[in-house]
Amino acid sequence: MTEAPGLKIHKITPLCQLQDLGRSGYQRFGVSRSGAMDPYSLRLANILAGNPQGTACLEFALAGAVFEVTARRLHFAFVGDFPVLINEEPFPNNASYTLARGERLEICATDGKRGTHGYLAVLGGFAVEPELRSCATHLRSGIGGRASRGATLITNHDEAPLAVERQLPETLVPRPAKTIRAVPGPQTEYFSADETRKLFHTTWRIAASSDRMGYRLDGAQIQAQDAGSMISEPVSPGSIQVPASGQPIVLMPDCGTVGGYPKIATVISTDRGRMAQLRPGSEFEIERINAAQAVELLRSEYESLAAFQINGCIN
Amino acid sequence: MAPSLKPIAESAILVEFENRIAPEVNDQVLALLAALEAANPKGLIEAVPAYRTLLAYFDPLQTDYPTMAETLRSLSTGSESHRRQGTRWEIPVWYGGPAGLDLEAVAKRHGLSEEEVIKIHTGAIYRVYLVGFAPGWAFLGGLDERLHTPRLDTPRAEVPAGAISIAGQQGLVCGPAMPSGWNLLGQTPERTWAPERKEPFFIEPGDEVTFRPVDETEFKELSKRVAAGQRAATNVRTGRSGL
Repeated sequence: MTEAPGLKIHKITPLCQLQDLGRSGYQRFGVSRSGAMDPYSLRLANILAGNPQGTACLEFALAGAVFEVTARRLHFAFVGDFPVLINEEPFPNNASYTLARGERLEICATDGKRGTHGYLAVLGGFAVEPELRSCATHLRSGIGGRASRGATLITNHDEAPLAVERQLPETLVPRPAKTIRAVPGPQTEYFSADETRKLFHTTWRIAASSDRMGYRLDGAQIQAQDAGSMISEPVSPGSIQVPASGQPIVLMPDCGTVGGYPKIATVISTDRGRMAQLRPGSEFEIERINAAQAVELLRSEYESLAAFQINGCIN
Repeated sequence: MAPSLKPIAESAILVEFENRIAPEVNDQVLALLAALEAANPKGLIEAVPAYRTLLAYFDPLQTDYPTMAETLRSLSTGSESHRRQGTRWEIPVWYGGPAGLDLEAVAKRHGLSEEEVIKIHTGAIYRVYLVGFAPGWAFLGGLDERLHTPRLDTPRAEVPAGAISIAGQQGLVCGPAMPSGWNLLGQTPERTWAPERKEPFFIEPGDEVTFRPVDETEFKELSKRVAAGQRAATNVRTGRSGL
């Protein structure tokens, strides 16, 4: 009997999902962007594994999973603050490694103190047909499947090409942030100067009722003038919307495509993933920056990823 | 009227037209969307239209805000020549039934019989202002004033796929099952999002929708056809259903 090559699932939860950099082009039909909660970590995992940066990975959120290798040779990388066991022996995370058929790979649950999301990349990628041009899972829409026990996540290679085993340089390791940067707007006119000041001068905490759609913030209530009068408009992940309750919600990749709440500011692209890595109860502050600064931060992140990718190839 | 533009952090622009729900305002949004797609400016990732706004996502490492804003401004002042002609869809609805949980309450509230509610609801031509929230959910304007009804006090945790509902002055054709606080009148066998079809979506902003009442027998018959990959909605102008 030949088994499909890949990772046979012995234990998994619905918090473990296939994700890539998200789906674009279908928001006008109501389809969320979805994609990795922390795209930076996903890119790192792919570079370590030897893949193009946007290849679909298995995303982990706090919970773990257990797999058995059914491919003849499988080269993988895991980026995230989760304990990793190979054949029940501890193995460094933020590293890549080659496994043979029959070996056991366990990603253990994490307390999330130093990060709540992790990414498992396999060299050559998983054999998954894109749906609406992306492999990102969106459970609420029924896009992408629920990986279940006993199933096999099939890889494109039965015998992965020989690849270097590497450790991620300490300077590149993703860390949850104590400061999240945001640009004011687009609905600044709905908030008085005092209310806006509150956003940037409060110690916020991630509320327990946070998920892939949005992170709710505890710490202060912000009052929007005339909330409830807005005509629904398209919303972008990163938007900080303020409903009538006054509790701000930062929209995450699985957010709906439209919303009717005023938005006081937008978390910049590079910091959405850093925010996703915060666990419920974590404290942080929101720092006000401008769009030009945000572009420079994005450029520098892409440059450091590109530099790591090039150096990796020379290794 | 020239729209106003607002940056959303470093990688999107919100274009705002007049602050009201009206076909002529929504037409400007859709004309801009069509012009933008025809121009396909460097760095544009995706544009999302709504009632009176358009959100344009761009890659700030390929273009910049002033360039993209200038493109959007110049395209907004253009003609509507790029705008596609909307399609008018006739959608079969089984009113009442297991999904029409609020038909009776809506009738009572407005002092109408259930038959009168159905007659009024099927008597209008609706405009699709927005497809959003969840895949294929189509938000409609043009609901008869006699049926204007506030949202439920407590939203339902889930309404079935294909639910037909109303809230305030709007109508709604639901795609896949989701939470909703709208008043449920019935259900269509049609799927506004069918991933296995060659064209997974068919209702677009700017289209028109009318409703045709069907009984349980026809609903079940049409459901079977939909399950087999056919379309239950009819393009009124061509008379074509199916695929």
